[in-house]
Amino acid sequence: MISVLIPSQLTSYTDGASRVQADGATVEAALDDLDRRFPGLKFRVIDEQDRIRRHMRIFIGMEEARDLRRTLQAGDELMIFGALSGG
Amino acid sequence: MAQPVQLLVGTRKGAWIYRSDAARQAWQVEGPLFLGHIIHHFVADPRTPGVLLIAASTGHLGPTIYRSEDGGKTWVEAQRPPAFPKAADPASARAVHHTFWLEPGHASEPGVWWAGTSPPALFESRDGGLSWASVEGFNDNPMYPAWCPPEAGTPDGALLNQIKIDPRDPAHMYIATSTGGVFESTDRAKSWRPLNQNVEANFLPDPYPEFGQDAHYIALSPTNPDRIWQQNHCGVYRLDRPGERWARIGKAMPPEIGDIGFTVVAHPASDQTAWVFPMDGTEVWPRVSPGGKPAVYRTRDGGASWERQDRGFPAEQGWFTVKRQAFCADAGAPAGLYLGTTGGELWTSGDEGDSWRQIAAHLPEIYAVVATPLT
Repeated sequence: MISVLIPSQLTSYTDGASRVQADGATVEAALDDLDRRFPGLKFRVIDEQDRIRRHMRIFIGMEEARDLRRTLQAGDELMIFGALSGG
Repeated sequence: MAQPVQLLVGTRKGAWIYRSDAARQAWQVEGPLFLGHIIHHFVADPRTPGVLLIAASTGHLGPTIYRSEDGGKTWVEAQRPPAFPKAADPASARAVHHTFWLEPGHASEPGVWWAGTSPPALFESRDGGLSWASVEGFNDNPMYPAWCPPEAGTPDGALLNQIKIDPRDPAHMYIATSTGGVFESTDRAKSWRPLNQNVEANFLPDPYPEFGQDAHYIALSPTNPDRIWQQNHCGVYRLDRPGERWARIGKAMPPEIGDIGFTVVAHPASDQTAWVFPMDGTEVWPRVSPGGKPAVYRTRDGGASWERQDRGFPAEQGWFTVKRQAFCADAGAPAGLYLGTTGGELWTSGDEGDSWRQIAAHLPEIYAVVATPLT
């Protein structure tokens, strides 16, 4: 299981939870798992071409993930952030 | 007769609903809804009372659509918002940045909705707005790269900014874009052709091209859908179908005001009458009310002449403007007019533009105002 940090922008999908668990061997699989339980969440973060949206950022630990194929290990922490987007 | 109206107001920071009494004098406000969300369009379904759709995005999150079946009390999110098919070539991969325009389908097609997006693209829903499919006839048209070149576009992104359906024929459609001008389909969006004869594009080497214009807004006269009004980047135009050649009716505007603006409103009962809200398009394009003196201009003779209507607006130091979706009429007699400003003010006229009064201030920048009967 992967621990996932949910940013405030997405807690409307997770019943207010800012920390949830997900299954998946890659970032994409973990996001797909989240989307099954919290429908619509993935598309708000990842566009239809599988690109991370411009003002969203995903980290595994201290490392930023730029490729959804990035592999995950049990115990990893996946952090989703709403980055700076203007006023 | 006047009848109660509700105004669906979309702003850069959320949505509001204003509901009037029968005289359209007293207003009650509900909101904000979706506080902090960018509400590009907020539309009621004339075929099904109580159904509302919102096109939303946020500064961070991708675009989506929300649907209400109870007049805005509760909302569900689209299961499949407008999105392009996955591209084989990442270099040409398109992604919807936001949905700009929502259009209820023809009266004979309940459940059908159309959406225009940035980048310019057309999407269709057949389940009331819950799932959307890319319309190949436009989005994958062989001419798409020429009609919607990726380097072209307005500051907030290139747009497919209006969809209009002939009330007599669901297969007859018009769209307006900021990159290619106006296009027409007579086969329910399967194929399209440019409809821009005599429309200026003074930012291109050929100022009267077949396509390439920036059609800020188009409106069909409700009582005569063969009459199309266009507020273009370069001026105000009118086209009477089956004619193909637009007439620059904005040339009759006072020269010191000009005929640049974002939007045009067709009268609900007279095809001779329309309103525009001019903005300053001189020098560096301030895009504010000319001279700081906001005014609506009305024609009652099809564009041969225009009259200034500014009673109630600031007489000076009023620098707001009105964006594409933020000026509309209701279906009353006399027609009520409503406009939302970039300064977050909501104005109304109960006498077809002769006088104006402010009914709300201090809202975020207003993107869209839609008037619908309050049932």
